[in-house]
Amino acid sequence: MERAAFDIVIVGGGAAGLRAAIAAAQSDLDLSIAVVSKVYPMRSHTVSAEGGTAAVLRDYDSLELHALDTIKGSDFLADQDAVEFFVARCPKEILQLDHWGCPWSRDPDGRVSQRAFGGMSVKRTVFAADKVGFHILHTLFQTSMKFENIHRFDEYFVTSLIVDGGVCAGVIAIDLRGGRLVAINGKATILATGGCGRVYEFTTNGFIKTGDGMALAYRAGVPLKDMEMVQFHPTCLPGTGILITEAARGEGGYLINKEGERYMQRYLPTKMELGPRDILSRSMIQEIKAGRAFEGPYGPYLGLDLRHLGAATIDKQLPMVRELAEKYMGLDPIHEPIPVRPGQHYMMGGVSTNSTGETTLPGLYAVGETACVSINGANRLGSNSLSECLVFGEWCGLAAAQYAKQRVAYPRGTATRETLRREEARVFDGLMGRERGKETLAGVRVEMQQLMERDVGIFRDEAGLADACGQLAKLRDRFSSVGLADKDRVFNTEMTGVLELDFMLDVAASIAHSALNRRESRGAHSRTDFPARDDANYLKHTLAYRTDGAPRIDYSPVKITKWQPVARTY
Amino acid sequence: MAERDVVFRVKRYRPESGGKPTYQEYRIPYRDDMVVLDGLNYIKDQVDPTLTYRWSCRMGICGSCGANVNGQPRLTCGTYIRDVHRGAVTIDPLANFPILKDLVVDFDDFLEKLASVTPYIVREESTDLTKEFVQYPEDVEAYRQQSLCINCMLCYAACPVFGASPEFVGPAASALALRYIRDTRDEGSDQRLARLNTKSGVWECTFVGECSVVCPKNVDPAAAIQTLKVLATMRHMRRLLMPGAASR
Ligand SMILES: Cc1cc2nc3c(=O)[nH]c(=O)nc-3n(C[C@H](O)[C@H](O)[C@H](O)COP(=O)(O)OP(=O)(O)OC[C@H]3O[C@@H](n4cnc5c(N)ncnc54)[C@H](O)[C@@H]3O)c2cc1C
Ligand code: SF4
Ligand code: FES
Repeated sequence: MERAAFDIVIVGGGAAGLRAAIAAAQSDLDLSIAVVSKVYPMRSHTVSAEGGTAAVLRDYDSLELHALDTIKGSDFLADQDAVEFFVARCPKEILQLDHWGCPWSRDPDGRVSQRAFGGMSVKRTVFAADKVGFHILHTLFQTSMKFENIHRFDEYFVTSLIVDGGVCAGVIAIDLRGGRLVAINGKATILATGGCGRVYEFTTNGFIKTGDGMALAYRAGVPLKDMEMVQFHPTCLPGTGILITEAARGEGGYLINKEGERYMQRYLPTKMELGPRDILSRSMIQEIKAGRAFEGPYGPYLGLDLRHLGAATIDKQLPMVRELAEKYMGLDPIHEPIPVRPGQHYMMGGVSTNSTGETTLPGLYAVGETACVSINGANRLGSNSLSECLVFGEWCGLAAAQYAKQRVAYPRGTATRETLRREEARVFDGLMGRERGKETLAGVRVEMQQLMERDVGIFRDEAGLADACGQLAKLRDRFSSVGLADKDRVFNTEMTGVLELDFMLDVAASIAHSALNRRESRGAHSRTDFPARDDANYLKHTLAYRTDGAPRIDYSPVKITKWQPVARTY
Repeated sequence: MAERDVVFRVKRYRPESGGKPTYQEYRIPYRDDMVVLDGLNYIKDQVDPTLTYRWSCRMGICGSCGANVNGQPRLTCGTYIRDVHRGAVTIDPLANFPILKDLVVDFDDFLEKLASVTPYIVREESTDLTKEFVQYPEDVEAYRQQSLCINCMLCYAACPVFGASPEFVGPAASALALRYIRDTRDEGSDQRLARLNTKSGVWECTFVGECSVVCPKNVDPAAAIQTLKVLATMRHMRRLLMPGAASR
């Protein structure tokens, strides 16, 4: 097969992509849907999500309150119409997953349980022990097998979008096993490619989270929104970056410094350990700077203390936390605090879309972590992201189905063949032809990651950001002389590594430039030289457009419905 | 942390260069907190970028990184070098699967088997989506163990029956069938048991039990298969005694 055509092509088999696929498939059994994924769908990084997924299900809660928490958490950068749309649809998704067999944890009365999470003012987070992403992903993946109109392209790596006369017409992908490029045409195309944590050195994200979809859209002229808004999660294992879920604090865990003190009383006494992540991560850095952190082989860290929860709670609600601490730190959280430090975790920013997932390129949609609607604004609340993948996954799948049905003709062949030829020249003749020299894939990648970590991390300032922008441009130059040792076409993971680095360099530049241009502090974007929020100048979304040089930065208004921005105090 | 050396003996197979799989040795430095995957990544990044293997989460949940380490199927991200090295660590692709390249094997056959056991909730009539099902904690507990399978395929690599007759539905797919059969929300037991009561179904299993030994998530597929044999027999008896009566 050199070319195949579908009504809808979905890139990504994580929660967002699979939810979209099922919604589209179910809406009309005559629609043909391709799910293209660079890994088998159940390997997608959704699998690693631990803590839970938010929805209003109980009388003590309300949609209004979920919306307010989300908007306040976002430091008023979320679009309020999108948030209202989102919170209203979360409950249905929990029930839908229940009907598809997701093993939600249950209360003694047989109802779906809910736990506390950071920044959520009541118990709102639905969970399946602490393997929530794992269970959601496998439930969706297995349910997708019910639909004969979903066609999977497992281990196909997308290298480019096909744009035909200003309309997106599908993708070009490497069939990793066949070692060849193929064109997969679609009347509608959905990017559900997840985040880009691997642009940072210390991250909770898996190896595959390299921002491919963000770069694919960016290269096709679609702006990336709010890319400076990068979430750092406070509790990651030093050395590996493996996440210890916020549910550990939701269940009552403490954060302690080397004096054994619950130091959050200094920074956020009203919320303590259940404050939003941006504030918790900054507090950790401040504790470290004040010399009150523990010292370990991987630098300073703080303690996540679960001892007082007892073995029964830990084993029932947090079995994976125990498993990870035992396996990767060699300690049992029943008896010892777990060493933790902040690490990159999530991208609030992404491909700019509206609530239906539409981008500025007709026929192209984006959803999940790769997209920016935006409901997360400057800081996402934990457990809103899986819900986002589900709610907008469904909605985007239905919208793409509608769009595909209106377009009678499949895309024409000319642009497709041309793009295929261009990619063949770029990837197999070009990249693969390059001999190995001084620059290596791993070398340039590590430099980019360290640079981002140092200058575009939790605290930022003008000098560091300007330097990062310059350094990234130099790395881009050096990247052009990275060569390949593996000259075989079949399953060439050195080749995909180079393509991923290529994507990441674009994405990193968009993050650094967006951060440089936002001269205020808001949510996760914390400028030491501009410590205050500045609504007069920056109550707006950043839009980064790709150019041949530095990204062009523009802005768009934030949609306010009924919550006027006020100081974000807890 | 002190650094020492270890030799990784890694099976190489390059389909495009022809020839048989061979071992290649790499001497690399390691620390006590390094897992086998860290060693492979060190080789890929610093020594030989052509070495090919799968990985992603490095936290034992995505199921990508299985390999035979010193002959035992294991997750390379969950196996410490210090625990397995005796001067050298031998790494082969997971046994019993066709090799695509180096440590990468072809799992497509498993995905077909998984699909064949109807791995989703089956209901006779459509359900009211505005209501949640009532499931008590003990109802969830009944299928929780089988629901923990990460599809890592270690059990298939350990299974001599699958090695000898590749059509055998195998441990993980069987465990997942039981997971849905035991779910109070499901009504599809009959079709699953019918599928598992075939020649390629659970009766192939001779109860070696290796699958449960190697399973990193304690799914205990061997026990699941034994339970399925009992359920399949009961279904069969019921059909003999009460022809026409469908079981739940
Ligand atoms: C450790 C961890 C814990 C988390 N815990 C929670 C939590 O408790 N609650 C919560 O709400 N959120 C949580 N999150 C966030 C949440 O899990 C993610 O934001 C969400 O799962 C993203 O899903 P996705 O479908 O957008 O992307 P992913 O699941 O990352 O899927 C991306 C898909 O795109 C495919 N893809 C990417 N690039 C290409 C390409 N070039 N070609 C072909 N295919 C491609 C991949 O193969 C994959 O199938 C957590 C995140 C992490 C890292
Ligand atoms: S049953 Fe265990 S060994 Fe087999 S695939 Fe599942 S998790 Fe892996
Ligand atoms: S890398 Fe995911 S299970 Fe090992």
